[in-house]
Amino acid sequence: MNLLRTIRLVIRTLLARKGRSFLTILGIVIGVAGVIIIMALGAGAQSLVLGQVTKLGSNLLSIQPGKSNEKGPPAQLFGIVVTTLTNDDARALRDAGQVPHAMAVNALVRGGATVTWRNQTIDTTFVGTDYHYPEVINLSLQTGQFFDQQQGEGNANVAVLGSTVARELFGNSGMNPIGQIVKIQSASDGGIGGVPLRVIGVIAPRGSLFFQDQDDQIYVPLTLGAEQLLGIHYVQTINVKVDSAPFISSTIADVTRVLNERHRIQRPEDEDFTVRNIADAVSILSTITSALSLFLTAMAAISLIVGGIGILNIMLVTVAERTREIGLRKAVGATNAAVRNQFLFEAGILTSLGGMIGILIGILVSFFASILMRALGYDWAFVISGWSVVLAFGVSVFTGLTFGVYPAVKASKLNPIEALRYE
Amino acid sequence: MALIEVENLKKDYLNEDVVTPVLRDVTFSIDHGEFVAIMGPSGSGKSTLMHILSFLDRPTAGIYRFEGKDTKEFSDDFLAKLRNERVGFVFQSFNLLARTSVLDNVKLPLLYGKKKDQDAIARRALESVGLSHRLGFFTNQISGGEKQRVAIARALVCDPAVIFADEPTGNLDSKSGNTVMHILQQLNDAGHTIILVTHETDTARHAKRILRIKDGRVIADEQVVQRTLAHPERELEK
Repeated sequence: MNLLRTIRLVIRTLLARKGRSFLTILGIVIGVAGVIIIMALGAGAQSLVLGQVTKLGSNLLSIQPGKSNEKGPPAQLFGIVVTTLTNDDARALRDAGQVPHAMAVNALVRGGATVTWRNQTIDTTFVGTDYHYPEVINLSLQTGQFFDQQQGEGNANVAVLGSTVARELFGNSGMNPIGQIVKIQSASDGGIGGVPLRVIGVIAPRGSLFFQDQDDQIYVPLTLGAEQLLGIHYVQTINVKVDSAPFISSTIADVTRVLNERHRIQRPEDEDFTVRNIADAVSILSTITSALSLFLTAMAAISLIVGGIGILNIMLVTVAERTREIGLRKAVGATNAAVRNQFLFEAGILTSLGGMIGILIGILVSFFASILMRALGYDWAFVISGWSVVLAFGVSVFTGLTFGVYPAVKASKLNPIEALRYE
Repeated sequence: MALIEVENLKKDYLNEDVVTPVLRDVTFSIDHGEFVAIMGPSGSGKSTLMHILSFLDRPTAGIYRFEGKDTKEFSDDFLAKLRNERVGFVFQSFNLLARTSVLDNVKLPLLYGKKKDQDAIARRALESVGLSHRLGFFTNQISGGEKQRVAIARALVCDPAVIFADEPTGNLDSKSGNTVMHILQQLNDAGHTIILVTHETDTARHAKRILRIKDGRVIADEQVVQRTLAHPERELEK
């Protein structure tokens, strides 16, 4: 019996038992779809993380007060308040003689705030920083301008709004926020009235960064934010932008040296600050996501094997059920090879069909997941690697054929006389 | 040259070291165009004999020559080819494929051959058993008599040298059985060799020659003097 006829015969047999054929391949469908979805989500998460690096600029160093293990969490996470980092440290780092490759340096504090304009009140986050901030983190303005040097250092009563804040405060009135006076009150301060600030600019929408809406923020001058709103005399973070990537490590060394001198620290283990390299942090994150998706892919691959065992099971039942048919086929001239091929093809066609349906479902689910993530504001890429499709399909067909061989050989070895008498 | 020649044929079944002889010493020959009924009580070995003659089984000892050639050295695949091209089967329980059309059932042996125009060949076979009007029916939609006629068409479709019919009327009422015997007689008249296995004397008397078997030996080989001729059913004319 030739190949084409075998395939036609098998397809007709499978179509005659649609329900069972579908149930047989369900395990394979789920396994294949699982592999593809997990690999696509893993790739999407990585592209998200990498996209955020480019957004920040990967040449960014972040200095935080308090010593912490290089790859561990910052000290603040444990509720420890370290007050050793100051705006003067930031100023010292701007000295080109000391830190030649620092292109821009800014200090910042951050806190919760209630912002009021007329009868509109919103809760948001304020960032107290200086006029270097836009350059350091690649910020651009929608309208107006950021603080100039005088405003930033002179503690002027001015504010720049994130686009979400601007929309929530001024969206209903349709008024231009520039020139309006808003009142800001620290969330930790139960006091009265709040500080009046004149709006001088609105930041262009930035989207989310590490799962935080970057547009739901209001920017105020550093001293105002630190001393008037938070009541502190230190800064929480200093960012240093390195002019180009090859100088990142030398700049880390320069920064460490300058701060150690200023803080009179002799031994590295006494350092009261931590310099983090954003690119390193991101590469750690990518390593974690890759490891996680590899692990999940392995789990999905196990479900493919379980699906293969399902096929083995059903094929054995099918062979038993069709014993008389096999006897008849042999009686009218089917060779052992013809019977074996028929059942092998049945398993092969079932698994490839399951593989294809699984690929389709996997791609669709990944696609809708990416749409959902984008709707939520994340820069999520829809990535289906050809490798994941080939892997999933290959493994499913391989398991199907492997688990199909035993029932097929069993069928081909049936004695036709006994098979015909089988009840 | 005879179509089938067997000499001192023996067949033993081995079951857990116990040897059960089924055919002890069988010798006969059948020519082209004969209509032979092999008769005997259950356990006489008639079915085993038919399985050997139709290449479904091999003898333990003795010689079986088919169309002049000793079958002893034939490979399994060659026996499959012989079953496909040189012999046709009609079973007591029809053995049609369920969920499959009448036409596809008849085409089944052609699947394992090399003939072209399978549809036309299968249609002709169905026409010769009077079932042209049932081509697209599924096998669960037709009567028992019609099922056996489909089985005969399937046996015919490869134009075999000999048709083996194993109790073909055993599961049928007398009217349908009569139709089936009529068709077999017509096929014989048209030149086909037919070997019928039965334990009913009435059925056997449709043949031209009766081989009686008992305890694995041929005990009588007789020409039928007063042969029963089955009459065509009206069903067939429809």
